[in-house]
Amino acid sequence: MRIDENQVLKVSKLARLELSQEDKMEFSTQLNDIIEYVEKINELPTDSVSPADHIVDLKNVVREDAVGKSLGFDEIELNAPSFENSHFVVPKIIE
Amino acid sequence: MLYKKSLLELSELLEKKEVTSVEIAESLIKRINDSDNNINSYITKCGDELISAARESDARRSSGKQLSEFDGIPVAVKDNINTRGIRTTCASKMLENFIPPFSATSFEKLQAKGILLCGKTNMDEFAMGSSTENSYFGPTLNPHDTERVPGGSSGGSAASVASFMAPVSLGSDTGGSIRQPAAFCGVVGIKPTYGRVSRYGLVAFASSLDQIGTFGRTVKDTSKTLEIISGYDRKDSTSINMEVDFKTENLNGDIKGTVIGVPEEYFQGISGEIKDKIEGKIRDLEGAGAVIKPISLKFTEYAIPIYYLIATAEASSNLARYDGVRYGYRSPSSTDLSSLYNKSRSEGFGKEVKRRIILGTYSLSSGYYDAYYLKALKGRTLIIEDFRKAFSEVDAIITPVTTTTAFKLGEMISDPLQMYMSDILTISANLAGIPALSVPAGKDSAGLPIGLQIMGNHFQEEKILNIAEYIERNCEDMSVSF
Repeated sequence: MRIDENQVLKVSKLARLELSQEDKMEFSTQLNDIIEYVEKINELPTDSVSPADHIVDLKNVVREDAVGKSLGFDEIELNAPSFENSHFVVPKIIE
Repeated sequence: MLYKKSLLELSELLEKKEVTSVEIAESLIKRINDSDNNINSYITKCGDELISAARESDARRSSGKQLSEFDGIPVAVKDNINTRGIRTTCASKMLENFIPPFSATSFEKLQAKGILLCGKTNMDEFAMGSSTENSYFGPTLNPHDTERVPGGSSGGSAASVASFMAPVSLGSDTGGSIRQPAAFCGVVGIKPTYGRVSRYGLVAFASSLDQIGTFGRTVKDTSKTLEIISGYDRKDSTSINMEVDFKTENLNGDIKGTVIGVPEEYFQGISGEIKDKIEGKIRDLEGAGAVIKPISLKFTEYAIPIYYLIATAEASSNLARYDGVRYGYRSPSSTDLSSLYNKSRSEGFGKEVKRRIILGTYSLSSGYYDAYYLKALKGRTLIIEDFRKAFSEVDAIITPVTTTTAFKLGEMISDPLQMYMSDILTISANLAGIPALSVPAGKDSAGLPIGLQIMGNHFQEEKILNIAEYIERNCEDMSVSF
């Protein structure tokens, strides 16, 4: 086993996902198959190969540090699950 | 039957004042209302908004102020491309009610030409999938056989164009998500060179692979739409600052002297009927004056593992933003901040999205990074070099798009690895950032469409589109029967 249920649990915690018992079992079998398969890349001769970054030559893009138009509170509020007095509302963080 | 007309035909009719935009819009809306119950290609249909936008377009034309020759033509847009004021869901419960406060640059470029929106098309959730079965809004069905999938992830964009519910559409292609559904639905679909079309406003899946592209029923429609959305955009730091140097007017199907590479690796393990059809087309091209050259892309078999490691790593990072705080789904049952994150993400994302986030998180996690992610990036370099070598000898590469024609709904849904492997012929173009398209080559004995893939070197869109123009002129009618 490359990845067992416990590891799936650990990784899903890192990814902020809660899995049902059923998903956990299903995923660990499927992910195990997938990981076993992707390990095929170990056959690749990469000793003197550098990792790919950008495919087409790119230059860094900078812009003037000028004030531009940004979204208004009303537009932000429209999509916010909970919004009051120009703030996103979340459950209490500090006791 | 205005809904059956192509983009270029509609433009001509409008320019000659033989039809109005309202007439075109009404025809398309009726077609969508009559047919989309069976196909489910749209998540959001813009009925009333479309009619009022069409009225405005007609007013512009009657006062001689049309924005372009395409002013007043409605098109469909994949639901991961943000459209200001129109719900953009990514086919996810996470974004079910998201109304973007801004538009993607590609959509703004359509609007700048007066082009209208007839609706937002169905897709695999967050563009993760090859069948459009991973949609929160239910699967899209293949218009050639409704027991079969339309391909994915841009299944709705392909199916809407194939079934005359839009003349052209926008899609996105991270590993074949335009070309594979184009092949399954019998339409043309192109993924341009990485950086050709701005990704600003495209909801990110795997940023180094994602590209917006176009679908049409003809090569010229597909090409023209791509021409309109292409070009530099300072809002996308990977956008390429160069002229849009391909012209639809130049497409004449003359392929004399064009050197076409045929990689043996792409003809292994595919259905006999597809192999025969594509090889037949290659012989036709040779007969018409093309030079056919056998080539080898020897790292092809590693493309899937490389792709799925890189794409899921990028996805796990890109999708971290969905936390239930600023926009998107928030679980009603959270008790503290931590459970707000966990529950919102767990309830908001579907299975395939979770599977990929977990795989990406795993391969990026401490102790595994070098073995998986870094190794995959090095493998990507090998794939890029494979193509670089090939394009020093040939103008274009021709292969099949898919190993089979459209498969049945449910056939692969419980076996994600098998589903991933079905992308084998399309993902290398994304890894190398090269332009690639699918053009119909005919049908198999069951009447299902077969696609032919043409890949070109960076910025050689015109070359591959011109070969596609030749293929199209010599292909049977691919229209659906309803």
